[in-house]
Amino acid sequence: MPNELMETNKQDVAAQGSAAEQTRPHKLYTPFTDIYESKEQLVLLADMPGVKQDGVDITLEQNILTIYGHAEQPELPGYNLTYAEYGVGSYKRVFALSNEIDREGIQASVKNGVLKLVLPKSKRALPRKIVVQAE
Amino acid sequence: MLIQRLADNDLFGSLRDMHRLQNSLNRLLSTSVPIEAPAEFPLINVWTSENGVIVRAEIPGIAPDDVDISLVNDTLTIRGFRNPEELQEGESRHRQERGFGQFSRSLQLPFGVEADHVQAKFSNGVLQITLPRSEAERPRRISVVSES
Repeated sequence: MPNELMETNKQDVAAQGSAAEQTRPHKLYTPFTDIYESKEQLVLLADMPGVKQDGVDITLEQNILTIYGHAEQPELPGYNLTYAEYGVGSYKRVFALSNEIDREGIQASVKNGVLKLVLPKSKRALPRKIVVQAE
Repeated sequence: MLIQRLADNDLFGSLRDMHRLQNSLNRLLSTSVPIEAPAEFPLINVWTSENGVIVRAEIPGIAPDDVDISLVNDTLTIRGFRNPEELQEGESRHRQERGFGQFSRSLQLPFGVEADHVQAKFSNGVLQITLPRSEAERPRRISVVSES
């Protein structure tokens, strides 16, 4: 069951003491994420508008899962931004996974700006019946 | 409802007016169906030039067909429905942060636009609507003739 190491409720992740800063000045956002669980797997859906398939970077180190998405915004020459409700930047979120996840089977896909991660649970050892032999 | 004619060159004034009219239009046009999504969804950015307006909205997780864009005079309305994930038997939700449900945003444009030449593109969850300014409203140069 993934827990979060760093939890922020704000959309904006300003420079926090524990967070690593980026080398380039760039806005970093925490994507809204849905997580749900079925018997065989955990599914994670993160809103990352403007992010293409090759803009996604997912790393798993020991138990720490980091999802990172780089959003592209095409330039609009000749136009001025007169009203803005959102900024364009990168998305990053960190989760701690439990040992129940089968790391080799993790699948990621991006569609319409949503990152979908499927984390299959590892097959637990089936209960074995132990036969007692007579001596 | 108050409809104001916005001055051509007063982009900052039209920005304030856009805020005000957008809010009153949102209130006026909101349907009786309760909207489950957060009040401000989708988030929009507006780019303007003398020749037109470009509106960008972040709407991840929907198909281009699920968005309804309509233009009435100089009011642009973006509405649609974001489907929640269907859960199977035995599935449970751990975290639900993404909004879902019906959404609708209305925007008063700073000038009239050519309805026939409006284009909309949807890519990677970002909707971009390009609205060229209508010919009738383009600023006209008036030459001064000196009388001596």
